[in-house]
Amino acid sequence: MSVEQSDIEKIATLARIRVDEKQVPELMARLNDILSMVDTMQNVDTTNIEPMANPLDANQRLRDDVITEIDQQAAFQAIAPQTEAGLYLVPKVIE
Amino acid sequence: MHNCTLAELSKGLADKAYSSDELTQHFLKRIKQLDSQLNSFITITEEQALAQAKAADQQRANGNSTALTGIPLAHKDIFCTNGVKTSCGSKMLDNFIPPYNATVIEKFNQAGAVSLGKTNMDEFAMGSSNESSFYGPVKNPWSTDCVPGGSSGGSAAAVAAQLAPAATGTDTGGSIRQPAALCGITGLKPTYGRVSRYGIIAFASSLDQAGPMSRTAEDAALMLNVMAGFDHRDSTSSEQAVPDYTAALNDDLSGLTIGLPKEYFGTGLSPAIEQAVQAAIKEYEAMGATIKEISLPNTSLAVPCYYVIAPSEASANLSRFDGVRYGYRCEDPKDLHDLYTRTREEGFGEEVKRRILIGTYALSAGFYDAYYRKAQQIRRLIKNDFVAAFQQVDVIMGPTVPNTAFALGEKSNDPVSMYLEDIYTISTNLAGLPGMSIPAGLVEGKPAGLQITGNYFAESKLLNVAHKFQQATDWHQQFPAQFSTKAED
Repeated sequence: MSVEQSDIEKIATLARIRVDEKQVPELMARLNDILSMVDTMQNVDTTNIEPMANPLDANQRLRDDVITEIDQQAAFQAIAPQTEAGLYLVPKVIE
Repeated sequence: MHNCTLAELSKGLADKAYSSDELTQHFLKRIKQLDSQLNSFITITEEQALAQAKAADQQRANGNSTALTGIPLAHKDIFCTNGVKTSCGSKMLDNFIPPYNATVIEKFNQAGAVSLGKTNMDEFAMGSSNESSFYGPVKNPWSTDCVPGGSSGGSAAAVAAQLAPAATGTDTGGSIRQPAALCGITGLKPTYGRVSRYGIIAFASSLDQAGPMSRTAEDAALMLNVMAGFDHRDSTSSEQAVPDYTAALNDDLSGLTIGLPKEYFGTGLSPAIEQAVQAAIKEYEAMGATIKEISLPNTSLAVPCYYVIAPSEASANLSRFDGVRYGYRCEDPKDLHDLYTRTREEGFGEEVKRRILIGTYALSAGFYDAYYRKAQQIRRLIKNDFVAAFQQVDVIMGPTVPNTAFALGEKSNDPVSMYLEDIYTISTNLAGLPGMSIPAGLVEGKPAGLQITGNYFAESKLLNVAHKFQQATDWHQQFPAQFSTKAED
């Protein structure tokens, strides 16, 4: 499998990364190198093999639904680019 | 003092041969004098280090100390350190001052250790040469026109150049073991879940693991004693009990069965490294071990499997870097979409962007089954190979890396060639097993590493096997001459 120019545009949008037009050919070539390396997996028979998400096949640990964290909003927001009244500021979204 | 192991320094402090203050100042001076040749540190925390040293000296005077009280260490810049810049080698986090400590850092603080600073690394831990850092490449102290390996290249170089007695690293596809091999030091990647990932900037959540990088297996054991343990803040943390990792170091090796995977000794492995590894195996035979040829049939699928799983998980983990709550933000964003896309275009380096895009593609609708799900099935096959092998052998050995340290710039234009540097280390991460690299020779003046892989939670056995080799040989006592002499005491 290989990627085309339109795939690059689609993936870049999904990943929210701006890709300059001029960089698309090289990026395509690099991604296709990786994809052909990865394609060797397609020839392997994996019928009835359970996919493995966690190397120890561990399950999600659960805990009681009680508050255990303390409020550190001020400390966490002190390092934000722009805040106001406890909110994070971004360019206007709704006209 | 810089020629001492961590264990020796610990004894020196206990015997009052010197104070932590003297020790810390000694290493800080060396870093200032020598690191410009290596670029192994991103941030040097002089004030904090001296304050920690004073506190440690007080602890020792009060009779409250642990093995690591007053010992100076360096930490890979992937561990969040409260109030201290944590960049992960990236422009994206160049202005990031975490408001909390990683659990690993907390544990070292509680043990009374001293932090000299944060070490350089491949950006977001993605790399095998430490050439992708926003802060410039790290040089290998054995040959400064060569790479130290990556992604924990700064930590490896700092220990090899004796700028710190030991350091922390993280390993997702080999990032502790490969730089340890290229820099001639000892590195350990524990079993997945053994060390808490809380506060470690995440790359691939099912693969990442933190571990010690040191001069000896004994030192690694002392560090693992501090690092290991259940952490309720890491949902993948193991509740397995933590033994004293130094207790079994001197156990006799007679009766040990060592497996040599035939797939690890094929084409691509440099003959000189193969020779060094075979010589190491002979040492083990002399100590009473039995050698058995084994097969890990799915080895050739490990690199493709990893290069789907790791980028996929990375694409999810790095989606948090959006210029909103912390880190880099592009200038004058026109709208929210522009804020996101330009922050991420400008804040991330090329390799990171490549991997995010590959991961995004592998997870996208229509490709998920063919790529990500398929890779997860292959992952299970790789794990099954090891489970079968460990029914026949106690530990598995082989080379850590196919070649010695390559020249800066040699592979940076060929990502796939760079990826193949991890061919022996990657399977261990996919299976979640513990693995070490220890120095086993010098090839044309550059270190060669022996990789030892153990069964789940068998770090004690791994450290024992490594320690016995270090008692019988002295490769681990070789350090590059250029950095071994004292500048001034």
